Amino acid sequence: MPDGSRPVPPPIAMLAELTHRCPLSCPYCSNPVDLARREAELTAGQWADVFGQAAALGVLQVHLSGGEPASRRDLEEIVAAAREAGLYANLITSGVGLTPERIAALVAAGMDHVQLSVQGTRAETADRVGGYRGGFARKMAVAEAIAAAGVALTLNAVMHRHNLDELPEIFDLAERLGARRVEVACVQFQGWALENRAVLQPTRDQVEKAKRLVAEARAARQGRLVIDFVPPDYYADLPKACMGGWGSTGLNVAPDGTVLPCHAAQTIPGMVFANVREVPLAEIWYRGPAFAAFRGTDWMPEPCRSCDRREVDFGGCRCQALAVLGDASAPDPVCRRTPGRARLDQLLANEGNAPGLEAARWRRIGG
Amino acid sequence: MIPVLPPGVRLHWDAVRGSHVLLAPERVLMLDEVGHAILSRVDGATPVDVLVSGLAADFAAPVEEVGPDVTEFLTGLALERLVDLHA
Repeated sequence: MPDGSRPVPPPIAMLAELTHRCPLSCPYCSNPVDLARREAELTAGQWADVFGQAAALGVLQVHLSGGEPASRRDLEEIVAAAREAGLYANLITSGVGLTPERIAALVAAGMDHVQLSVQGTRAETADRVGGYRGGFARKMAVAEAIAAAGVALTLNAVMHRHNLDELPEIFDLAERLGARRVEVACVQFQGWALENRAVLQPTRDQVEKAKRLVAEARAARQGRLVIDFVPPDYYADLPKACMGGWGSTGLNVAPDGTVLPCHAAQTIPGMVFANVREVPLAEIWYRGPAFAAFRGTDWMPEPCRSCDRREVDFGGCRCQALAVLGDASAPDPVCRRTPGRARLDQLLANEGNAPGLEAARWRRIGG
Repeated sequence: MIPVLPPGVRLHWDAVRGSHVLLAPERVLMLDEVGHAILSRVDGATPVDVLVSGLAADFAAPVEEVGPDVTEFLTGLALERLVDLHA
């Protein structure tokens, strides 16, 4: 039974999108299609204030992301401010823009961990997907510098139809680079990826094979490499708890200070988001209308409302319901228990004769 | 066997929740009193057997009981790469 009286827990994690600027132009970028410009970005001093508020609120880890966070020349100052506030500082980077000197400065500033993204394991396709010639070679050099600096490394690979067959090589690459963890996430269809869904959607055969390979690799590499695998939503039968439940564990701060319950929340029409320049973070978390909108179970329609999984998946992803069904308050159409699933199956069937990578729309500012 | 907290893994006092936590790459583990007592003794130099006898003394528990619990706890964390076990 829905229970609106339950107290709201403090958030554990904050995604700090320091900038939307990025030298890469991946067609599945999770940034909004309407990218924020440099002039709109919070200053390092403003970020320091946000970090202090976040730590006081209960945030333990900050994920410094973008865009490419290294596009900010004051990244070292921002990392130092995160540690100063008492936060675990995780850098999520493409590696482009990092040098051994900058890595040393980031380590000195207290950077706890680096998550390095790759667009694949073969330079040619990886550079094509990233839209940046020589990018793959740069990443390999950066990974070596991270290892030499003794910093914890996670390799992150976003997978789609054009690179999912490289999966075993991703695991080998991660171990060769000294990563202790690898995250293999199939493209989530939000932002730019939604525009390129037909190009990027993997086939069912690819997905079944990938699941088998992940299970085998977890067994074979146990104790050496931790493997996090995010299978593609559309081929699942039940939805994931997006953000661990809306407004329950994490929050995002966009480059201009807008505070979001998830990175795609700005696609939801009619929703009003507060800005940390104007409203204290605790006020936004506990009393902001955007965070209250889909928190808990009170907002749920049927069949979620009476479903035994209502506090397992919290109705799934709001932005996916919007993207597929045009209604952010509908159940996630991934769910086989809901009428919206027919629409998702129809989309998958239509995407059977998918175009090649050349048909993709690469991300760009003002695009 | 010497347990070590690897780079990117550290203990932290969570003042908001009033709990010791282990912070790690994309992970936060809330620690109970015993978990914290074990990990706060992991300094990269102390072997497991010395760590066990210290815990046994502090908790007034027999080494034969504490030993397997500590080994199981550390081995579990090692499988998740949150602790390294050096020979």
